[in-house]
Amino acid sequence: MTIKQVSVFLENKAGRTQQIAQLLANKNIDILAFSLADSSEFGILRLIVDDTEKAAQTLKDAGIAVILTDVIRIDLPNKTGYLAHLLKYLQENGISIEYMYALQGDGFCSTIIRPYHLEACKDILNNYK
Amino acid sequence: MIWNINKETMDREQMRVLQGKRLQKLVTYVYHNLPFYRNKMQEIGITPADIHGIDDIINLPFTTKQDLRDNYPYGLVSAPHSQIVRIHASSGTTGNPTICAYTRHDLTVWQESVSRCLGAFGLTREDTMSVAYGYGLFTGGLGLHYGVENYGATVVPASTGNTEKHIRLIRDLGITAIACTPSYALYLSETMRKMGITRSELKLHIAALGAEPWTENMRQEIQEQLGVKAYNIYGLSEICGPGVSYECECQNGSHIVEDHFYPEIINPITCEPMGYGEKGELVFTTLTKDGMPLLRYRTKDLTSLINEPCPCGRTSVRMTPIMGRSDDMLIIRGINVFPSQVESVILSMKEFEPYYMITVDRVNNLDTIEVQVEVRDGYYSDDINEMICLKKKLQNHLKSVLSIKAEIKLVEPNSIERAQGKAKHVNDKRKL
Repeated sequence: MTIKQVSVFLENKAGRTQQIAQLLANKNIDILAFSLADSSEFGILRLIVDDTEKAAQTLKDAGIAVILTDVIRIDLPNKTGYLAHLLKYLQENGISIEYMYALQGDGFCSTIIRPYHLEACKDILNNYK
Repeated sequence: MIWNINKETMDREQMRVLQGKRLQKLVTYVYHNLPFYRNKMQEIGITPADIHGIDDIINLPFTTKQDLRDNYPYGLVSAPHSQIVRIHASSGTTGNPTICAYTRHDLTVWQESVSRCLGAFGLTREDTMSVAYGYGLFTGGLGLHYGVENYGATVVPASTGNTEKHIRLIRDLGITAIACTPSYALYLSETMRKMGITRSELKLHIAALGAEPWTENMRQEIQEQLGVKAYNIYGLSEICGPGVSYECECQNGSHIVEDHFYPEIINPITCEPMGYGEKGELVFTTLTKDGMPLLRYRTKDLTSLINEPCPCGRTSVRMTPIMGRSDDMLIIRGINVFPSQVESVILSMKEFEPYYMITVDRVNNLDTIEVQVEVRDGYYSDDINEMICLKKKLQNHLKSVLSIKAEIKLVEPNSIERAQGKAKHVNDKRKL
């Protein structure tokens, strides 16, 4: 399933990630998953939240650069071997992954995937068993 | 509209005769009233009798900013204090401030000069101009203010600060013209976007911009964002303030009010006079000032003069846009770099906001230059590689213009200071 991810451009400055988390906390927005990609002087914080629109608006109002990106969420049983199986399937079908990270909650486990070719990946996943 | 047909379209030869007469009178006046100039002239062995016409100006001594500082506060005021009606002062961030003292006559000349500017910008008495230069010791605010009143248009003394209120006034009062710095004009348009006010809601169509050097790219940006025609107005407080030169509808060089302010271009190193079209340091002589007249004042502004007829009908000499100040020039690894070059590159790229900060430092005896820029909304990417490509693109573009490699730092939105007055673009940390 395709979901919206909130990406935030951050300068590499002390306390910057905390400020983002605080802004979202103040608005009662729940962060379900995140990953932080960084280069030497700036980073991109990627977030999956329970209210994407509200989160994006809150951050924009605070003058922060926000990008909404489509990513794919795949629910998997929380058991050994399922991730390896999924990745093998994607690889065999020629899907390259730009980045990925995990989303885990009570009784479920998901993989968030940003493939280089979103539509192709969606089509392939439709046939995944 | 040409405000003063007689002076602005005067035959070139007549103008030179007029300038010569005024110079003779000025030199006699300062020789007899100011020990500073009398001493300088005696040192090089000339007297007022040696001045026969405007061409003899090259024999007169120069005046520098340092002379103004050394003679602070009243050492260069030649009129008796009873004749002085106003004093402005510079910020004095690097030593003594410099002051400018005006007689009533000086203020009249200043208003006349600003009126010529307003005519060239196309104002009529029906127009309302908001003056968003700082009111106070800085000459920008009051200079424009009394010029607009003299012209007969309506002035709104908005000054700087409280930009949102100012934008509401522009909309509600139907303000048609604004005078401010180019950086403030950009800040206005950015604030308008944040407030959700579009340019179609405003009647604004003329912008008189000055007090800092700006580029053609910046003009295009401002014209597009604000929906105005943007004109350069040049001036410096030592000479009178804004109104020393101005663009006409051709937007091709600024016409100098040369019956009052005589321009020369000199080589900034040798001080030799240079010809029309040659780039050098701009020098002004205040031909008609009483309060604090200056002979051959070195502005440090780098430009060239155009002595060709302008399609607008004015015959006055024009100056090309200021390419920088001789003291703004950065020498980085032996290469001359002007902030205006960096600006023109950034403003030519749609991926970046029109703000920047240059930091120069010296690490292990090697000069470093870093340019901070903000990526424009809509050009941010979720992909680190794309962001790095954006940096490289700017870096390559800068290298082709500057011939040196600058480090690029992408910073968060709004983290570069928005200037309300003159923008500060350079932080030179080198301890030389």
